[in-house]
Amino acid sequence: MDIPYAIQPRPDTGLYNAKVGIWLFLASEVMLFGGLFSAYVLLRVGADPGTWPHGWQNLTLGTINTVVLALSAITTLLAWVACKAGQFGRFKFFHACTLLFALAFAIIHLNEYHEDLTHYEIHLTSGLIADGHMVENNLKEDYVIIEGRTVNDEKLLYDLRSQTIKESEIKIPRAEIASMESYGPWHNTYMALDFTMTGLHLLHVIAGSVVIGYLWLFGRKMWRTDPERFTNRVEVSGLFWHFVDLVWIFLFPVLYLT
Amino acid sequence: MSDSHETKTTAAQPPLHDRHPVDFNAYLRRCGFIFVGILCAIGLMLWISYLPGHTWALKSALILVVACANAFVVAGFLMHLLSEKKMIYTLLAVTVFLFIGLMGLTLYAMQDFPAGTQMH
Repeated sequence: MDIPYAIQPRPDTGLYNAKVGIWLFLASEVMLFGGLFSAYVLLRVGADPGTWPHGWQNLTLGTINTVVLALSAITTLLAWVACKAGQFGRFKFFHACTLLFALAFAIIHLNEYHEDLTHYEIHLTSGLIADGHMVENNLKEDYVIIEGRTVNDEKLLYDLRSQTIKESEIKIPRAEIASMESYGPWHNTYMALDFTMTGLHLLHVIAGSVVIGYLWLFGRKMWRTDPERFTNRVEVSGLFWHFVDLVWIFLFPVLYLT
Repeated sequence: MSDSHETKTTAAQPPLHDRHPVDFNAYLRRCGFIFVGILCAIGLMLWISYLPGHTWALKSALILVVACANAFVVAGFLMHLLSEKKMIYTLLAVTVFLFIGLMGLTLYAMQDFPAGTQMH
């Protein structure tokens, strides 16, 4: 039995089933990310002045990622247009570009996570705080080496945009370390929100890439037998991809700029 | 050989691209303009974030206004929301209502502390 309106749009709504389905799904996604954004707003506005991190993210990498994702959104649209124009070769080309951009985005983002997880805040027994990237942390040695700086007030670590930071290699004997913590999601509220929101977004990028990759790899057979159904699938996956871009459009300013 | 020959057709139904003629080059040009617009929005947000002598609240508000304009371009043109069907608009209107409710309730509850909360 054929399912009605699986390919052709229903006359009264002008929509085929999958398109209604993807918009319903995107509506639920809006509420999912909306909950996280409102949690961010609540915690950001409620933080004491001067205690919310500013300038902790790598702005250059964030900007590159924003451009990369915007480019992938353009190539996704062009892949769909190519299907509409009956040009499967162009579809393959543009979706290959989308997949490459998605890969670039994921690699850059994982690199940012690596930067965070190798960045340490070390409280010394003298009351000073050493902050920087771990260079050497061999448990057999009685010292650690970081590339960073030493401050006497924790508040100096919050707003990095307003300071000129000079970093140097610092060798710290383990006996002088009171506590040591990397900038993972456990570090503070900001890092917890950062990892949660960008992590969830990255999962969406990966999921979208899997769907687009499947259409790219195995789409030829359906294109030959049922091009309209295939084009609909490309459109639906494209809508999801544009939503992923939309979320990043707000994540970038919220986490990197404000 | 043109790629368009790869589609099979039946006597009853003409190929997809015949039923829905699409000017690929026109789309390509439009996408170029959209991409330039997105780049401008990104540049503007970066510039605002470095503006000296303004409060954090003002700069954040301006940056979010630009982000909203950027999102409008992506949703309106790339997702074709400007020319969507009425049912999608209805669905999105309900979502926007619930989203505003979600954000509003969160902000509304900001000063609603449980009894006995120690303020510092």
